[in-house]
Amino acid sequence: MQRVAVVVFPGSNCDADTLDAARAAGSDAYYVWHRDANLQQADAVILPGGFSYGDYLRSGAIARFSPVMRAVTAHARAGGAVLGICNGFQILCEAGLLPGALMRNARLKFLSRPVRVRVETTDTPFTRSYEQGEELSLPIAHGDGRYVVDTRTAAELEAQAQIVLRYVTENPNGSTHDIGGVCNVARNVVGIMPHPERRNTPVLGGQDGARVFLSLEARNATQHAGDMRAVDGRHLRV
Amino acid sequence: MPRASLLDPQGQAVQHALHSLGFGDVAGVRAGKHLVLQVQAATREEAAAKARTMCDRLLANPVTEDYECSVSQ
Repeated sequence: MQRVAVVVFPGSNCDADTLDAARAAGSDAYYVWHRDANLQQADAVILPGGFSYGDYLRSGAIARFSPVMRAVTAHARAGGAVLGICNGFQILCEAGLLPGALMRNARLKFLSRPVRVRVETTDTPFTRSYEQGEELSLPIAHGDGRYVVDTRTAAELEAQAQIVLRYVTENPNGSTHDIGGVCNVARNVVGIMPHPERRNTPVLGGQDGARVFLSLEARNATQHAGDMRAVDGRHLRV
Repeated sequence: MPRASLLDPQGQAVQHALHSLGFGDVAGVRAGKHLVLQVQAATREEAAAKARTMCDRLLANPVTEDYECSVSQ
């Protein structure tokens, strides 16, 4: 069982869905308030979707200086798994933990509908339970989803297989190279625009997103089996 | 201000609106942000240096935006 910290910023609005999806996958998920710099021995950190600080200045620009982000950065630098979903992706880009930036959608409209994406790499903590090249239907809900990087960085992302999700059949927001999600060079930090927590069970219209959260537990089963012990309902590293 | 090399859909929308109002000679529009800061500083140079540091750290995103800053008073 992985300890999953779901960070709550003022203006986060996908935090409860994300916590629920992580718990449904079997993780020990809990909230961490953005002013709290203690991640409570998290194995993985998720920055959920929403509109932190009202998207003032730029999406994610102010949240990136919240006290919790120092702990998230330290966790990421130490190799810990970090996932940013939608606004979380924007925050990770603003914080410099992922390359590039997310700008206003090319056609200016806020988009809230399912899109088709292809899983371009399974070599991340959040996609290892998918098949390479698998196509998913996941909802997007964003006004600032146009992923922008310079030509050289885009070529590096392609060469190092850092593109995690790519839009197929249509590019809804004008993203460079149809990019819907990327990871860092070390592959432990992932940002995606679609919302897997909104498609993790059939009653929500599909479960294509469930394996984002199940991937964490799959990693736990193969790599860290036996290094945790539950004592009085708390999980201790042994 | 969004980098010149990047698509600026807001600027394009404003340009289209200007064209439809009869301002057909508008060849291009870029839409950015204008922030006015009141800064305590002993000299104009110090105020400008502080403002540039603020731009680099928070006010502008170097991936997507260029900025200019000027000091008055």
